[in-house]
Amino acid sequence: MTELPLALDGWFAHVVYACLVGVGLFVLIDDENLVKKVVGLNIFQTGVFLFFITSAYRVDGRAPLVTEAGPFVNPLPHVLILTAIVVGVSVTAVALALVVRLYETYGTLREDVIRDLRAEAAREAAGEEVSR
Amino acid sequence: MTLDAADLLPLLVAWPLLAAVGPLVLARRWPGAAQFGTALVLAGQVALAGLVLAVVATDGPLSYVVGGIPAAFGIGLLADRLSAALALLVAVGALGAFLSDRSTHDGPYGSLWLLLVAGLTGVVVTADLFNLYVFLEISGLAAYALVAHARGTDAALAALKYLLAGTVGATLYLLGVGYAFVATGTLAMADLGPALAAAGHDSTLVVASFALLAVGLAVKLALFPLHTWKPDAYSAAPPAVAAALAALGSTVAAYALVRVTYGVYGAAFFEAVPTVRTVLLAAAAASVVAGGVLALRATDVRRLLAYSSVSQFGLVALGVGLASPTALTGALVTLVGHAVAKGGLFVAAGTFDRAYGVRSVADYAGLAGRTPLGAFAVAALAVSLVGLPPTVGFAGKWLLALGAVETGQWAVAAVVVLSTLLSLAYAGRLVERLYLGESAHGGAVAADGGLPARPDTLALSLVVASAALVVALGLGAGVLTDWFAPVVEGWL
Repeated sequence: MTELPLALDGWFAHVVYACLVGVGLFVLIDDENLVKKVVGLNIFQTGVFLFFITSAYRVDGRAPLVTEAGPFVNPLPHVLILTAIVVGVSVTAVALALVVRLYETYGTLREDVIRDLRAEAAREAAGEEVSR
Repeated sequence: MTLDAADLLPLLVAWPLLAAVGPLVLARRWPGAAQFGTALVLAGQVALAGLVLAVVATDGPLSYVVGGIPAAFGIGLLADRLSAALALLVAVGALGAFLSDRSTHDGPYGSLWLLLVAGLTGVVVTADLFNLYVFLEISGLAAYALVAHARGTDAALAALKYLLAGTVGATLYLLGVGYAFVATGTLAMADLGPALAAAGHDSTLVVASFALLAVGLAVKLALFPLHTWKPDAYSAAPPAVAAALAALGSTVAAYALVRVTYGVYGAAFFEAVPTVRTVLLAAAAASVVAGGVLALRATDVRRLLAYSSVSQFGLVALGVGLASPTALTGALVTLVGHAVAKGGLFVAAGTFDRAYGVRSVADYAGLAGRTPLGAFAVAALAVSLVGLPPTVGFAGKWLLALGAVETGQWAVAAVVVLSTLLSLAYAGRLVERLYLGESAHGGAVAADGGLPARPDTLALSLVVASAALVVALGLGAGVLTDWFAPVVEGWL
């Protein structure tokens, strides 16, 4: 059990948090696949959650129970992140529902393909108006 | 059990939140009843917010701690003059926007609307940084779903874009909260101020936390260049939703920026780290100019209005960055005035769209001949966006420019003047079309699609009412500045 707290205590956890935030944001911005964008958003959020949980760590800290003595892990960040995770789940659910609706219409999950299809539809509509 | 005045505060959030279940249940069988019920709940919210405002006016700020847990650990609620005024603005704006489009919607439309109000009100009355994040996300989730409520795929794509941007903004805000928590060990706004000062305003941790909070809120505010979700979301949303979001969404985020900057970090933070202030001013000025130019290039009326919001919220951010009492009051007046004017304009855009099928600026040509009163009200609201007397927009801009001159920030004063010229150009284009444009298709549009060809009376009267309010607030701007004065004096 000693390895995990050591990893949490040092700068190591902060490197992991920074990597997760960076990877998440990169996927969110760069990837054309809408589902992967949502996954990127989740990774980004998870990185932030990890940062909060790391901040709760105390050297030799125990679970915060009233009956025991000694240094406790700070319970507040855990409670906060529990709430934030619920928020994250709700956001993911709404995002995926929207992705499903787009997939039903365009038959694709790729944003660039959707953009092309929309541009084509707009051109056709404009052409129709001219010919009329 | 006696009811204390402070007990009104949790009720302000709990009432729409709990009532949000109602329309969801009703809409399955009786959509009309769900619609009516939602309007009733919103009317109740207006009464509640009005009561809170009255109590705050006589007895001073109200505060409440949920669940009786000590304020340092529990969730605090606070209503000072600023919060109470914005809570009323949210309630009235939501009711007005909801009534502007009474075509029955299926599904959880009313419930989402009430969730939006609960979230926005929560942001306004909370006294806890993390709680603010939760309410921001509640209102955000409701807003994404409401934008997607319009039929067609434009709405789904715009809502997804809005969701991705909004969630990144909120998560960056959360990261800022995390840094502030690590630096101080508390999240209550009242305790954070001294704790941050003790941690050292210029420590990397504190500066990073403010930067992340500000960038996160800037996404929600849609400051340039983080604004790209806004025109899409506003033009794809159902008209009533666009009106509510335009009037309230970013306004509440701007309130959060003001509250976090002055209620938590304080003016001393700016003095300790002048760079942060310079960066904020530069970003705000870029927003003012870029928003104005983009609005000038827009062809769709709703996109034009959305870009104009980017410019206007840049002005509010300028007021925050100037850190002088006059400029901050100007920012708050601009905030309220913009909410009324933009809400009215979006209601008008939605009403004209449904009555005449007009969406682009070019389509607005000669509309004044068909709806003289509506066109006049739109012109008055546009004048308020430009910032000419006797409207509230003038009062806000005047105070901002005055604050800039007082603090010796001549560049900022120049930006305020430039914003007036830019907004004169884009608002003038709209008004010029309304009055001087040749009506291209006569009555053909109305005959074409079998549209009602007559704007909805209630929606039109709401537009006229907001135009009247804009002028009334402009003439009585002293009342508004006096109302905010104690809050601003407490901060600066």
